[in-house]
Amino acid sequence: MERNLTCIVCPMGCSLKVELDGGEVKSVSGNTCPRGEVYARTECTNPMRTVTSTVRCSDGTVVAVKTDKPIPKDKVFDCMKAINNANPDLPIKIGCVIIDKIYGAKVIATQNAE
Amino acid sequence: MTDLVIIGGGPAGMSAAIAAYESGIRDILILERDVKLGGILQQCIHNGFGLHKFGEELTGPEYAWRYEEKVREYGILFKTGTMVLDITKDKIITATNEEDGIFTIQAKAIILAMGCRERSKGALNIAGSRPAGIFSAGTAQKFVNMKGYMPGKSVVILGSGDIGLIMARRMTLEGAEVKAVCELMPYSGGLARNIEQCLNDFNIPLKLSHTVVEIHGKERLEGVTIAQVDENRKPIDSTREFIACDTLLLSVGLIPENELTKAAEVELDRITNGAVVDQDRQTEKEGIFACGNVLHVHDLVDFVSEEAEIAGKSAASYIKSGTQNDMNAVIKTDGKIRYSVPQRITTKKDITVYFRVSDVFKNVKINVYKDGEQIYSKKKIKVAPGEMESIKLAGEKLDDAKELYLELEVL
Ligand SMILES: Cc1cc2nc3c(=O)[nH]c(=O)nc-3n(C[C@H](O)[C@H](O)[C@H](O)COP(=O)(O)OP(=O)(O)OC[C@H]3O[C@@H](n4cnc5c(N)ncnc54)[C@H](O)[C@@H]3O)c2cc1C
Ligand code: SF4
Repeated sequence: MERNLTCIVCPMGCSLKVELDGGEVKSVSGNTCPRGEVYARTECTNPMRTVTSTVRCSDGTVVAVKTDKPIPKDKVFDCMKAINNANPDLPIKIGCVIIDKIYGAKVIATQNAE
Repeated sequence: MTDLVIIGGGPAGMSAAIAAYESGIRDILILERDVKLGGILQQCIHNGFGLHKFGEELTGPEYAWRYEEKVREYGILFKTGTMVLDITKDKIITATNEEDGIFTIQAKAIILAMGCRERSKGALNIAGSRPAGIFSAGTAQKFVNMKGYMPGKSVVILGSGDIGLIMARRMTLEGAEVKAVCELMPYSGGLARNIEQCLNDFNIPLKLSHTVVEIHGKERLEGVTIAQVDENRKPIDSTREFIACDTLLLSVGLIPENELTKAAEVELDRITNGAVVDQDRQTEKEGIFACGNVLHVHDLVDFVSEEAEIAGKSAASYIKSGTQNDMNAVIKTDGKIRYSVPQRITTKKDITVYFRVSDVFKNVKINVYKDGEQIYSKKKIKVAPGEMESIKLAGEKLDDAKELYLELEVL
C-alpha cells in the first residue's frame, strides 16, 4: 500500500510517499532531509502532535503554554481538557512547568507573566 | 539627539536593535505602542518559529523572548506603551505615552519596524447584513490567545492564509466546530504543513475556488451562503449552499502599516505597500531604514530577523560614517515576479533579493539580466504566491549596472 503525506516538521512542507506493507513502513521518498523520514515513520505507526494552548491563571491572566514534546495525536483533546483545568498562580516564568506529567510530556509556559 | 531610534518593538525592531548594538552603537531607543515587546508574536502561541534561525521549533512568544532577553542583557533602552505619532524627513520623531506626555526626539538614524495590519472587512464585498460575529482572523487570535475569550461556537473561515488555518485549529481545540475554510483562489495561500496539521488533522474541509456570497442574521450571525466561483472568480449561482454558523473569520491578507512612512515622505512601492529600499534596507531618505512586515509581508519570522539584522548593521554604519554609495541600479520585475526587495542597489556587494510570484508555476527558471545581459539563472520545481523566494547575486557581477531585470521563465 502507498500513503501520501505532507511533512509538517518544517515550513518546506515536502510531499512524502510512504510504501507500507501491512502496518510496516517499507520505504519513504520525497523528503528533503532525514527528519522527513522519521516523521513519515511515526505518522504511519503512532502519529504525534505538540499541543500549544493557553491557561488561565488564578488572577485571570492568560498565559501561553505548550507540551514540551509531542504526545499521541488521539490524546490531544484529553490534553486540552487538562490544560483548561489548570489554574496556576503568578508569577510565571517562561519554561516553568504547569502540568507535570501528561502522556509522557510536560506542559510548560511559553510566556512570562507577573 | 539620539543615534538610533527604532519604531516598533516586534521581532524586526528587536533584531535591528541588537544588530546595531553589536556593530558598536550604544545610544539606541526602541519605541513600542503595546505594553510589552514582541509584536504580533505575543498572540502567535502556536509553534513553528525559529527553525531556520535557531534550529528548534519555538512558539511565537518564545521566539520573541530570545530577542527580548538580548535587548535586556545589552541594556538597550526601550519605552513600551509609547505610540509614535509622526516622523519628519529630517528624522524628528513625535511620540506620546502616559509618563512623558507628548515628546519629540531628533534621531541620527531611524529604523521603521511597525509591522503590518489586517485588511479590514469593509473592503469585502459581501451581500447581506452585518450582524455581530464577524471578525478578522487576527482579532479572533488576540481574543482567544491573549484574553482567553472564544468569539463563537460554530465557525466558517474565509481565506486560507496561515492565520486562518492556524485559527481553524485553535478554535477546534477550544471546542468550536469549524465547518469550512473557503478560499477564493484555486490554491491555498497558506503553508502545506498548516493545511495538513490545522485542517486535515480535524477533517475540516478546505473549499478551494469558493467564497462567501451572503451573510445572514440580524443581531448575531446565523449563517453564511457560500458558492463556488468560476475562472473569473464570479460566483456560480447553482452552487450556492447555506452553512449555519455564529462566527465568520476573515483571513484576507495583511498590509504593511505605513502611515508614518508616508509622513516622512518616503517613497512607497505600489505592489508591496512598503518603502522602496536599497540592499541595506535604506529608503531614499538618507538615514531612514525599514525592515520586517512594514517593508513587505513575510510568512516566516526568521526572514524578518535576517532582514532586520541587515537594517541594524547598515544603520550603525550610516551613523558612524554616513552613506557610501558607489552605484545606482534599479531592480525591475516581469509581472510574473510581482515585486522584489530590495528595489534598488546602491553599493556593489553580494546581495540576496527576495521576491514573490503572482501565481502558482511549475518547472520554472529564474533569470536575472543586467542591462540586457543574463548574469544569473536558477531552476525551481515550483513557485507559489504564498511562499517568499530568494536568490543570491554576487557583487562582482553587478559592475556599473543601471538596471537588473528579474524574469520568471516557465519551461
Ligand atoms: C497571525 C500570524 C501568524 C503567523 N505565524 C507564523 C508562523 O507560524 N511562523 C513564522 O515564522 N511566522 C509567522 N508569522 C509571521 C511573523 O510573525 C511576522 O512576520 C513577524 O512577527 C513580523 O515582525 P515585525 O517586527 O515586522 O512586525 P510586528 O510583530 O507586527 O511588530 C511591529 C510592532 O510595531 C509596533 N508599532 C506599530 N506602529 C507603531 C507606532 N506608531 N508606534 C509605536 N509602535 C508601533 C506594534 O505595536 C508591534 O509591536 C505570523 C504572523 C501573523 C500575523
Ligand atoms: S522533509 Fe525535511 S525539509 Fe522537508 S518538510 Fe520535512 S523536515 Fe522540512
